Amino acid sequence: MPTVETWEPSALELDRRRYRQQSLRRSAIVSIVSTLAFATVIAIGLINSPGWEAVKESFFNVAIGREYFGAILKGLWLNIQVLFFASIGVAIFGTLLAVIRSLRGPVWFPLRALAAGYTDLFRGIPLIIVLYLVGFGVPALGIFPRWPNYVWGTIAIVITYSAYISEVLRAGMEAVHPSQRIAARSLGLSHAQTLRLVVIPQGLRKVVPALMNDFVSMQKDVGLISVLGAVDAVRAAQIGASTTYNFTPYVVAALLFVAISFPMIRLTDKVSKRMANREQNSGTV
Amino acid sequence: MSASAHVLEVRGVHKFFGDNHVLRGVDLTLNEHDVVALIGASGSGKSTLMRVINLIERVDDGEITLNGDDITDPRANADKVRARIGVVFQHFNLFPHMSVIDNVTLAARKVHSMEPDAARAKAETLLSRFGLAEKVEDYPDRLSGGQQQRVAIARAILTDPELLLLDEITSALDPQLVGEVLDLVRELKAEGSTMLMATHEMSFARSVADRIIFMHNGVILEEGPPEQVFDDPIHQETRDFLARVTHR
Repeated sequence: MPTVETWEPSALELDRRRYRQQSLRRSAIVSIVSTLAFATVIAIGLINSPGWEAVKESFFNVAIGREYFGAILKGLWLNIQVLFFASIGVAIFGTLLAVIRSLRGPVWFPLRALAAGYTDLFRGIPLIIVLYLVGFGVPALGIFPRWPNYVWGTIAIVITYSAYISEVLRAGMEAVHPSQRIAARSLGLSHAQTLRLVVIPQGLRKVVPALMNDFVSMQKDVGLISVLGAVDAVRAAQIGASTTYNFTPYVVAALLFVAISFPMIRLTDKVSKRMANREQNSGTV
Repeated sequence: MSASAHVLEVRGVHKFFGDNHVLRGVDLTLNEHDVVALIGASGSGKSTLMRVINLIERVDDGEITLNGDDITDPRANADKVRARIGVVFQHFNLFPHMSVIDNVTLAARKVHSMEPDAARAKAETLLSRFGLAEKVEDYPDRLSGGQQQRVAIARAILTDPELLLLDEITSALDPQLVGEVLDLVRELKAEGSTMLMATHEMSFARSVADRIIFMHNGVILEEGPPEQVFDDPIHQETRDFLARVTHR
């Protein structure tokens, strides 16, 4: 047998590589042609539909889109800020809830029950209703300073999304094999140390794709703060639409939301794929 | 901790899992430097005995003392007790998200409040003695089963536990990797570690243990020096078990 230093691919292997490269090129050509054909069929269908001219005028009016683009982009900046602070809030509050739900011992029963009730409740209530309750109800109590409406919107999003995230985190923590806890406790680590040093780091890794998916979902749900009157991208589009009696500003806002979520969606796919590869050690199948 | 006390004393220990009476009054004593091998069929109670000693399971009756301290007392701090006992598991149970050095030094740093640098130096010395000097920064999934188990032993003994529990530590290993782990256990014995080990390796138990304990249906049926238990067992059950595992 040749040693590693002297190994050169054999004629057989070179032949196989050539063949693989050829079929790869062929697949690429086939998929491009098929995509073009598919897009052409859809485009022809759209353009020849009876109402296309009217739809084009009220949804894809370039002049109106251009007129409101700036205002919508400015509104989007508010959405991004809300997203930033809401993510931090959700990470902290969601982890806290997950940890509380995993506490053992009778002393913690009230906290545990409270956390369980919380997640049940806020996973059940539609976000838009939480927004109304928090955005209009809580300030009306008169015990808080007068914060702008987007602050209340951020709080409402944190409240709802923490309930989802805590369940995802808890699922991840429970997926860590019990032998890991036993090993940690056998070393003398306390319950809290075991959670912090052994269970959470491993559990988090298992649910990264799910968490990223929830983040993508949150990226668009920040647009709902417009119901409180905050001038975000959606609200800016709404103003444009009601001024011009044209829906194009909404389409512009939609495209902008897609643009900000697209990188995250691609990243999520990539991370999921990488994790699947690593864990299954799957070879070629 | 009194000076005259045994390292480990188990007195009249019972354990139930539901209606299943797994330990039916177990008595056992280990003095300093004793190496005792627990043998017996699956389900005889070996693993459960290890688990109650390490406070992973609670005894339903009886008493266990570690160097004179009653560790079955509900007022005893279980975390402190476990920190005094080293455990090596059948399936290694290394932490997959930590490097070898972090696995080995975790308890020293977090439980025994050792300086990270001092813990690291001690662990590196130990790991190179175990032939793992080049694996210090690797993650467990890069190691062979035998290497993983040697890391697990290093993790268990780094903080100089008063008692070492070895729970069938070679059962999950390929036959050619068993030797490297057993050699390590021999070394630990030479250094005077007090060890209680459950094992299926009869020839190893014979060569390394001072005493053999045969468990059957939750009781210690037979106990004595290896020559006696292996070559001249008193009970028919012991003979039957040995015939089955040694294919004689």
